[in-house]
Amino acid sequence: MITVTGLRKAYGDVVALDGVDLHVGRGKVFGVLGRSGAGKSTLLRCVNLLERPDEGVVTVDGRELTTLGAADLRRARQRIGMIHQHFALLSSRTVAGNVAFPLEVMGVGRAARARRVAELLDLVGLADRAGAYPAQLSGGQKQRVGIARALAAEPSVLLSDEATSALDPATTQSILALLRRLNRELGLTILLITHEMDVIKAVCDSAAIMSDGRIAEAGSLPGLLATPGSRLAAELFPLPPAEPGTVTVALAADETLLSRLARTYDVDVAVVGGAVEQVAGAPAGRLRLRITGAGAAAALAGLRERGLLVEEAA
Amino acid sequence: MTWSEMSPLLWEATGQTAVMVGWSTLFTVLFGLPLGVCLAGTDRGGLFPAPAVRRVLGLVVNVGRSLPFIVLMIAVIPLTRVLTGTTIGTTAAVVPLTIGAAPFFARLVETALREVGRDVVQAAEAMGAGRVTIVTRVLLPEALPGLVAGLTVTVVTLVSYSAMAGVIGGGGLGDLAVRYGYQRFETTLMVVTVVVLVVVVQLAQTLGDAVARRLSHR
Repeated sequence: MITVTGLRKAYGDVVALDGVDLHVGRGKVFGVLGRSGAGKSTLLRCVNLLERPDEGVVTVDGRELTTLGAADLRRARQRIGMIHQHFALLSSRTVAGNVAFPLEVMGVGRAARARRVAELLDLVGLADRAGAYPAQLSGGQKQRVGIARALAAEPSVLLSDEATSALDPATTQSILALLRRLNRELGLTILLITHEMDVIKAVCDSAAIMSDGRIAEAGSLPGLLATPGSRLAAELFPLPPAEPGTVTVALAADETLLSRLARTYDVDVAVVGGAVEQVAGAPAGRLRLRITGAGAAAALAGLRERGLLVEEAA
Repeated sequence: MTWSEMSPLLWEATGQTAVMVGWSTLFTVLFGLPLGVCLAGTDRGGLFPAPAVRRVLGLVVNVGRSLPFIVLMIAVIPLTRVLTGTTIGTTAAVVPLTIGAAPFFARLVETALREVGRDVVQAAEAMGAGRVTIVTRVLLPEALPGLVAGLTVTVVTLVSYSAMAGVIGGGGLGDLAVRYGYQRFETTLMVVTVVVLVVVVQLAQTLGDAVARRLSHR
C-alpha cells in the first residue's frame, strides 16, 4: 500500500533521511519508532510529499506520488488522511465545520457533506459535539475530530504524526483503540510515527526503528520478537541480562507454548523472567525459561526449529 | 459661541470626518488586505515564497509608512488630481488617507496571518487544498479576529490622519478645531471638538473589540 525506496532528504548539512526503504502492506498498521531528530517525522511527511525528498520514490496505493504534477498530487493527497500531534484543527470552525473542510476542498455538495459529517462524527463518538468549537473540547476529543476529518474523504491510508504524544495515558489508549477499530472495520492502512513503545505495542502489526536517518531494523512484531539480537524487541520487551543455564523464547500468538512444551518433551519449565503484554489484542513478548529434565535438549531443538529460541545463556 | 451656533458646524464636520474615514477605510481594506496577504505569503516558509517580490513590497510599504501624513498628502496631489479630478475637498482627501493607511493596515494583516499556526496550514495542504483555498478558507478565517483588531487600529489612525485633511480643504473635526478653536480662540468649540473626537475613537475601539471577541473561538 505504501512503498518508499531510496528516500534521501537533507536540510543543508543535516541529513534527515539517509536512504530509507519501507513497505507497508494493505490493511496493516506500521509503526516507526525513534527519538526526536531520528528523521521519522521527515519520513512521514515525505509519504504525502509535504516534504519533497531529494531522492527516492514514494508510491501510495499504486500511484507514484513523486512523479505527479501539482494538481494530481493535490488529488492524490485527498486520498491520504493525516492526523497531527497538536491536532491542527481550525479554531474558527465548529467540530462539524472542521470535518467538512476536506469535503469542501474536494467539492462535495452541501447535502452530501452534511450527511458524511454526521456519519463520521458518529464513527468517532462525537455526534453530540458537532456544534462545539475546538477550544471547548478536551485533547482526546480534539484528536477524534482530527481522525474524523482525516477519514472524511474515505482515504485508503492514514498517516499519524505522533497523534497521541500530547495526550494523557488513558486518552492515548482510547485513541489507539479507535485507530485499531478503524483499521479492522474499514481496512485502513495506517503508518504511524511515535517515540512511545506503548503505541507500537497497542496497535502495530509491524514496526521499524529509526536512528540517524536510517531504518535500523524493521519487521512484523512476532518476527522481531523471535529475532536474536533485535534492538526493537529488546526495547519493546526489556529483560535483565540472562543468567547461565537459561533460555529466552519468543511468545507470539501462542498462549499455550509452555504447557505444550512440557507435555511434548517431558521437561520441567520454570519461568525466571519475562515481559509479556497485549500486542494488538493478543499476548506477546519474551519469556526467560529454565528448562530441565531428560528432554531438555530436544525441547531446545524444537524451539529452535520453530524459530522461537532467541537466546541461550550457557 | 453659543450651542446653536456650534451645533451645525459640529454636525457638518462630523459628517465630513465620517465620509473621509468611511471611504478611506473601504479602500484601505481593498488594497491593504491583498497587500498583507502577499507580504505574508511571499516570505520564506510562506505559501508562495518569493524573496525578491517580498523585498520590493516591503520597501513600498515602508516608504508609505515612513512619510509623515501631512507630507504624503501634499506629495500625492498629482495622483489625487488624476483619480478624483480635484485636489481639494473631502473626496480628494480620501486618496492620501488610503495611501497613508493601506501600508499600515497591510503590516497588521501580515502580522495577523503569521499568527495562524503553521501546522494548520500544513494540515490543509495534506488534505489536498490549493493555495487559494488555503488563503480564503484557512488563513483569513483563522486570522479574522486579528484582522478586525488591526482594522480597528487602522480606523483610529484614519480619524487622526483625517484631522490634517483641512490643509487640502477636506474639512472634518480636526479642521474645525484648528480654524475655530485655535485661530479664532473659540475655546468652548475646541473643548467640544476634542470631546467628540474622543467619543468617536472610543466608539470605534469598543465596537472593534466587541466584534473581534465575538469572532474569536480560541
